[in-house]
Amino acid sequence: MTTNPTTLTPEQLEAFGAELDAIRQRIVADLGEADATYIRKVVKRQRQLEVAGRAMFYLPPLWPLAVASLSLSKILDNMEIGHNVMHGQYDWMGDPGLSSRMYEWDNVCPSEQWKYSHNYIHHTYTNILGKDRDIGYGILRMDEDQPWHPYYLGNPLYAFLLMVFFEWGVAMHDLEVENIVKGTRRMEENRALHAGIMRKVKRQALKDYLLFPALTGPLFPLTLAGNATANLVRNVWAFNIIFCGHFPAGVATFSEEECEDESRGQWYYRQLLGSANITGGRLFHVLTGNLSHQIEHHLFPDLPARRYPEIAPEIRDLCERHDLPYNTGRLGGQLLSVAKKICRLALPGGGTASRQPEQDGDEAVAA
Amino acid sequence: MGLAETLLRSRAVAALASPQGVDRYLEQVNPMWAVHEVRARIVRVTREVDVPGHPPVATITLQPTSTWQGHRAGQHVQLGVEIHGARRTTRVFSVSSPDSRPGDRFTITLRANHDLPPGRSVSRFLVEEARPGQLVHLSQAEGGFVLPDAVPEHVLMISGGSGITPVMSMLRSLQRRTHRGRVTFVHYARSPEHQIFAEELDTIRRSGYGVDVHLLHPEQGDPALTPMWLDRLVPGYREVPTWACGPAPMVDALRAAYDGSTTLRLEYFKPPRTSSGDAEGEVEFSRSGAAAANTGAPLLEQAEALGLRPEFGCRMGICFSCVSTKTEGTVRNVLTGESSSLPDEDIRICVSAPVGDCVVDL
Repeated sequence: MTTNPTTLTPEQLEAFGAELDAIRQRIVADLGEADATYIRKVVKRQRQLEVAGRAMFYLPPLWPLAVASLSLSKILDNMEIGHNVMHGQYDWMGDPGLSSRMYEWDNVCPSEQWKYSHNYIHHTYTNILGKDRDIGYGILRMDEDQPWHPYYLGNPLYAFLLMVFFEWGVAMHDLEVENIVKGTRRMEENRALHAGIMRKVKRQALKDYLLFPALTGPLFPLTLAGNATANLVRNVWAFNIIFCGHFPAGVATFSEEECEDESRGQWYYRQLLGSANITGGRLFHVLTGNLSHQIEHHLFPDLPARRYPEIAPEIRDLCERHDLPYNTGRLGGQLLSVAKKICRLALPGGGTASRQPEQDGDEAVAA
Repeated sequence: MGLAETLLRSRAVAALASPQGVDRYLEQVNPMWAVHEVRARIVRVTREVDVPGHPPVATITLQPTSTWQGHRAGQHVQLGVEIHGARRTTRVFSVSSPDSRPGDRFTITLRANHDLPPGRSVSRFLVEEARPGQLVHLSQAEGGFVLPDAVPEHVLMISGGSGITPVMSMLRSLQRRTHRGRVTFVHYARSPEHQIFAEELDTIRRSGYGVDVHLLHPEQGDPALTPMWLDRLVPGYREVPTWACGPAPMVDALRAAYDGSTTLRLEYFKPPRTSSGDAEGEVEFSRSGAAAANTGAPLLEQAEALGLRPEFGCRMGICFSCVSTKTEGTVRNVLTGESSSLPDEDIRICVSAPVGDCVVDL
C-alpha cells in the first residue's frame, strides 16, 4: 500500500524532528579517530582485495577466488566507500582521498553526475512521485500511482535487465532518456553529460576489458570473463540491496502537493516512511555500505555509515513511541516483497483509488 | 628517477590504477611511496627558543618523498597534518633551510600559534606534539619571493619576528653558494631571548664574508624602522634590492619608507582573522571580488544577494552540491549550531552562516 498514515500533529512532528536533530548532533560532536581509522581500514581491505584478485588471474585454478576477490573489492568500493564518501560523510577529515569533491568510484557512472542525481535529487525528493527519479529508474513501474501502460507488461524483464546491467542503468539514469522520449527534456541538455559518461566508460572498459586481460597474455579470455563476472556480481548485489531500500511492501510514496513547505520534522518523517532496512550481521552491513540501514541513512545521509547500526535502536525506539512504522526485515523477505511488487505492477491496477488516506480527524496533517 | 618510477608515472599504469590513481595504492604499502603526491616524514623537532610565557618556536626537519621537486630560498610550502589521527588541517609555512633539490631534506621553522585551541592549530601541534616518524602532507614549494639567479652585488634583507624564516633561507643559500657580494641583514625581535637562529647569525656575523647582521630590539631602545635610520644604515637604500618579511606594521612601515620603489619585495602572511558576535563583520567572496556586510544569513543566500550564482542543490545541507572552500573566518552550522574556524575548510554554504568576518572562495 502506498498510503501515508500521517498520524502526527504538527507539534508531534516538531518534537520528532527535534529528537532526530539531537541524535545527529551527538554523533557529529563525537566524530573522530575511530571513524577515520575505520574508513581507512575499509579502503585498505578494498585495495588488497583488488590487487589480490588481479594477481590471482595469473593462476587459472584460482579463477573463482580471483573473481570473488575482485567482486568484493568492487562491492566495497561502490558501497561502503564510494557511496558514503560521495555523500560527504568523511569530508570533515580533510583527506583528499576521502573527499566528496574528489572521489571517483569503480563504476561507469561518473561520480560528479551521480552526486547530482543521487545526493541531490533522490535524497531531497525521496519517494515523491514525479520528483524522485529513483522510483523505477525511469523504466520500471514501482508505484501504484504511476499510470499503467502496456509497456509495463515487461516490468519483470526490465527489472532483470536493470539488475544485470545496473552500473550502466545508473549511468544512463542521469540522461533522463524517458523524459527525452516524453519530450520534456531536450537532447542538447544531455550533450555534456554524455561526454562525461563516455570518458568514464572508456576508462572503466579499458582497464577491465583490455589492459588487465592483455597483461595476463594467453589467459586474456579468462581474465576478461573474470572481470566481467566481477562487474556482474557487483551489479546484482548493488541492485538487490538498493531495491530493498525503498520498494518493499509498507514503504510510502508521496505526492508533490503533500510535500510543499515541508517542515524539518515532516522531512524526517517522509525519509523514515520512504525507506526500509534489512537485518543482518556486521559483515553483511559493511558489504551493503550500511544501506541495510537505509532508514538511518535517509535520515542522516552525511553521517559516517558505520554509525547507523549504533543509532538504529534509538530510531526504532523513537518510532515505537510515535507509533510510526519502522520497515525492516531479512534480506530474503524484503527481496521477495520487492519481486512481488515488480510483477504485480506489470499489470494494470493500483492507481489513485488505493491512496485512501487512513488518517481521520482534524489533527492529522498532510506530510 | 629509476625505471620503476618512470613506469609508475606512465599513462599505462595510470589507466590500470583508474579511477583511484597510483598513489592511492602505493600509500597502502608504504606512506613514503608516491609518484604524484608529496608527503614527508618528520625527522627531527628542534626547539629554537622557549621564552616562558611566550609561544615556543621550533625547527622541523622533513624528509620528503622522492616527488618533492626542491625549493628556492624564500619559497613556502603548504603543510597538512592529521591532528589526533582524523582531521587534516593545512597551513602555509616558509622553508627555512637553503635551496633544496628534488627529494632533499629541508626544514621549516615556526612559532606555535596559541590563539587557537590545541587540536585546531597546526603550528601548535607541530611544535608541541609532533614526534619524529610522523607523516605530514605537502604541496610543492610555492611563491615568487626568491632571489634571482644572478644575485645582485648588494642585497638588503629585513625581517621581523617569525618573518625571519624565508630570508634566513636566502642567507643560508648565499652562504652555501659563497656569494661574494654584500648582504645587509636586519631583523627585529621582541627581545634577545626571542631571537631565533642567534648563534648561527653570530657565527655568520663574525666569520661570514661581507654580511652585516643587525639584530634589533626596539623595546630595549634599539632604533625603529624609519627612513632616516635605514638611510644611515644603508645610504640610498631605496636603490638596493631588498627582500622583506614580517608582521603587518613592519610591512606598512617598509612600504612607506620605500615609497613605491620597485627594489622592495615583500612577503607577508596575513594573521587569521578572528571575530566574535553574530551578524558582524564583512563577508567576502574572493574569486568574484564581491563583498558586503555580514547579514547573518547562510553564505549561499548572502552570495545570491550579491548577484553571485553559486551551485546549489537541496539548500538544506544534505546533498553537498554547494560545498565551497572557506579560506578565513568562522562559520556556524545553522542546523547543528556547531561553529568552526579552521582555515581552508570545505563547507556547505547553504547551511553555514558566517560569524564575523569571513572569506569564501566563490
